[in-house]
Amino acid sequence: MRSSPRVKSLLQASLALSVVASAWISTPAIAADEVNVYSYRQPFLIKPMFDQFTKETGIKVNTVFAKKGLVERLQNEGKNSPADLIFTVDVGNLSGAVQSGVTQGVESDTLNRNIPSEFRDTDGHWFGLTNRARIIVTSKERIAEGEVTRYEDLAKPEFAGRICTRSGKHVYMNALISSMIAHHGEADAKAWLTGVKDNLARTPQGNDRAQVKAISEGECDIAIINSYYMGAMQTDEEQFAWADSVNIIFPNQGDRGTHMNIAGMSMTASAPNKDNALKLMEFLSSDLAQAMYAEQNHEYPVNKAVPASGLVRSWGEFNHDPLPLSDVVKHRVTASKLVDEVGYDG
Amino acid sequence: MPILAVVWLALNPTENIWPHLVSTVLPTYLFNTVALMLGVAIGTLFIGVSSAWFVTHYQFPGRRMLCWALLLPFAVPAYVIAHVYTDLLEFAGPVQSLLRDVFGWTRANDYYFPSIRSLGGAIVMLVLVLYPYVYLLSRAAFLEQSASILEAAQALGLSRTERLFRIALPMARPAIAVGLAMALMETLNDFGTVDYFAVRTLTAGLYDVWLGMGNLGGGAQIASLILLFVLCLVGLEKFSRRAQSHVQGGNNRFRTLERVQLTGFRATLATTLCLLPVILGFIIPAIVLVRYSIIHFEDSWNADFLTIAWNSISLSSIAALVAVLVGLLLSYSKRLMNSTVLRAAVQVSSLGYAIPGAVLAIGVMIPFSRFDNALDALMREYFNVSTGLLLSGSMGILVFAYTVRFLAVAHGGIDASMKKISPHMDDAARSLGHSSLGILGRIHLPLMRSGLLTAVLVVFVDGMKELPATLVLRPFNFDTLATQVYQFASDELIGESALFSLLIVLVGLLPVILLSATIDRSRDVYR
Repeated sequence: MRSSPRVKSLLQASLALSVVASAWISTPAIAADEVNVYSYRQPFLIKPMFDQFTKETGIKVNTVFAKKGLVERLQNEGKNSPADLIFTVDVGNLSGAVQSGVTQGVESDTLNRNIPSEFRDTDGHWFGLTNRARIIVTSKERIAEGEVTRYEDLAKPEFAGRICTRSGKHVYMNALISSMIAHHGEADAKAWLTGVKDNLARTPQGNDRAQVKAISEGECDIAIINSYYMGAMQTDEEQFAWADSVNIIFPNQGDRGTHMNIAGMSMTASAPNKDNALKLMEFLSSDLAQAMYAEQNHEYPVNKAVPASGLVRSWGEFNHDPLPLSDVVKHRVTASKLVDEVGYDG
Repeated sequence: MPILAVVWLALNPTENIWPHLVSTVLPTYLFNTVALMLGVAIGTLFIGVSSAWFVTHYQFPGRRMLCWALLLPFAVPAYVIAHVYTDLLEFAGPVQSLLRDVFGWTRANDYYFPSIRSLGGAIVMLVLVLYPYVYLLSRAAFLEQSASILEAAQALGLSRTERLFRIALPMARPAIAVGLAMALMETLNDFGTVDYFAVRTLTAGLYDVWLGMGNLGGGAQIASLILLFVLCLVGLEKFSRRAQSHVQGGNNRFRTLERVQLTGFRATLATTLCLLPVILGFIIPAIVLVRYSIIHFEDSWNADFLTIAWNSISLSSIAALVAVLVGLLLSYSKRLMNSTVLRAAVQVSSLGYAIPGAVLAIGVMIPFSRFDNALDALMREYFNVSTGLLLSGSMGILVFAYTVRFLAVAHGGIDASMKKISPHMDDAARSLGHSSLGILGRIHLPLMRSGLLTAVLVVFVDGMKELPATLVLRPFNFDTLATQVYQFASDELIGESALFSLLIVLVGLLPVILLSATIDRSRDVYR
């Protein structure tokens, strides 16, 4: 029986496929002088520092970037995981990774010297690298100076229909709401959140940058954003006008200080390249890398020896909320549920 | 397997999430999800079926070009089109700015303009990029329909419209249902668009429970709920046509269809109707993307472009072939052994498409890493060598994930074509001494050609756009065009991401055009 040409070509195709596939399907071996990073942060934010590290030490940095699921990947890969380090933003994410058991404690004099104790885990499971303030921005035209000075002010009825924020479910909002719970208790925090919700100009949407844009377009007058977004907009040709339409307010200067959050890193429990990983951690806390961070991303360096960028310093000095982030993060799930209960996201 | 893993996850939540959800946001999630699906269903059916009918049975200016042009929006990822239209239609966008200039308005409160970031906006965006599923499958079905049946209908005095509604549509129904099911499943797993538009659907809730409350088990329960949703839909559709079976005789099946020449107003109407979705779903986004690409060329261009494009193309094409082979296997074994267990298994295996990619990725991870770690432990014990993670974090796991994810697409398309082949043909061939494989190769495959090509094409383009599973499962330093788009788009830097979005569209374009031409010719070959 003559086999059909179609079957033949199908067979050929699958043969070729399996040859290609077997050459290409298994995990490439990991060479010695490398360090492997699972990152929740966008590569373009951290790559310059990694490149500098490779230049100085000859150690190659391999990365996988994703916004979800990397901790789960670590958990599943178990002790054979190739990853050495996790990078993420938000203290809630960092402590979440620690709780799921995928990290290990790191003892390093360099790290302990470069990073103040409030920005690292007591057992060395996570280290902050940069610091950002959750600031309030207000329309230059429509909000008088001194009208808004505290997070608590945002619940005042006179601001009805004038506030914009991103989703209450986002980690930055979650951390702020958690800190409100930590300071005022759940009932008062809920009352506050209800007040803010009643003042919203629109359904929470977009990222922090989009809120400033909304102010410049007259859709709202007040927004809560992370500080570095201001830097990003002030140095962008198109977006400069948005940033220029608002005043920066560091909230709660008369009392507890402004709520801060961190971006940071953890060493994985299974790290196969432990030495290289430690080198990278120490490098990132060093003056050089911290200055690069400060300059490029407009964040506050955790290393006290390194000043913030000139632009960031021009926003002025301010007091941080001294409450340890580990106390804030305890209220993470409660905060998330409050958002549902008051219907913050509409 | 990954689907079972998701269900397994659902059995192990860290906390019972339902009392909280039911008393707060679940009604909103459900309402938004149902409304979104209804809207997308109506929109894709209308655009998809009507345009397929027009280009198959009527002759009007631009018809040849529209045949394939109607597929173009398919190459545009939903999250990209959402960003593009937000840019165009929001307050500071060119449309509203122009209106303000013309009418002298200054503030947002001076006039009414529908908000693009809304449930309605999300429906329109999804319809624009998802209608090609329905178009593609219904067109393939219309093309495979026997001309003699339609002629018989004509001889019996049915008008063209009657022929459409009483003959062609019911006969194409399995294919249309598959196309619609795919569009709806993609709607269910979409997160990018609804998140950007702040429409809280079940999928958004799933991610919130998982990431915001650190409760993956709870998230998986929502995923299981979504699966249940899909099973009901598919079951309902099957149930409603349980008494029907459409097979077609082999004789005269491929006689040329006579297309009716449209003139004047009607021709213009047909052209406009078919051109509109192309303009909205492809041309406008493409223009915006080109503009951004030029502005931000230096920020986004990097030398790895060729590698990245190659990664996307090779991964998608291999996944497309694998998925179609597996889909063919499933369909054919279902045809050979019509057992309930097998049917159920096939049904379950094609549910992957409705699960949000990131959750499916975790479902894929669990069996793979279990296997790797078990193998490693075994090898260490007996041979004192560590095999490490053999498959996890490799290209293999990605191909597997794509196959699971897009099996519904491949299998659905294949199944729809295979069902139309009369079992009598199998019987006849078998009585002539052919083996089952021989029948598949010599009878089914040629007859199903357009269905098969369609399946390959759809999986390939879907693979090019695949994002969440790729992000989580990929090896180190491995980027696809979609992950490049995402690293910027996730920070709402749509300008910087435009170049790579454009590339996805362009690379997706070539096979779309090629295959569409082949599908078109599939009728002529057997004349």
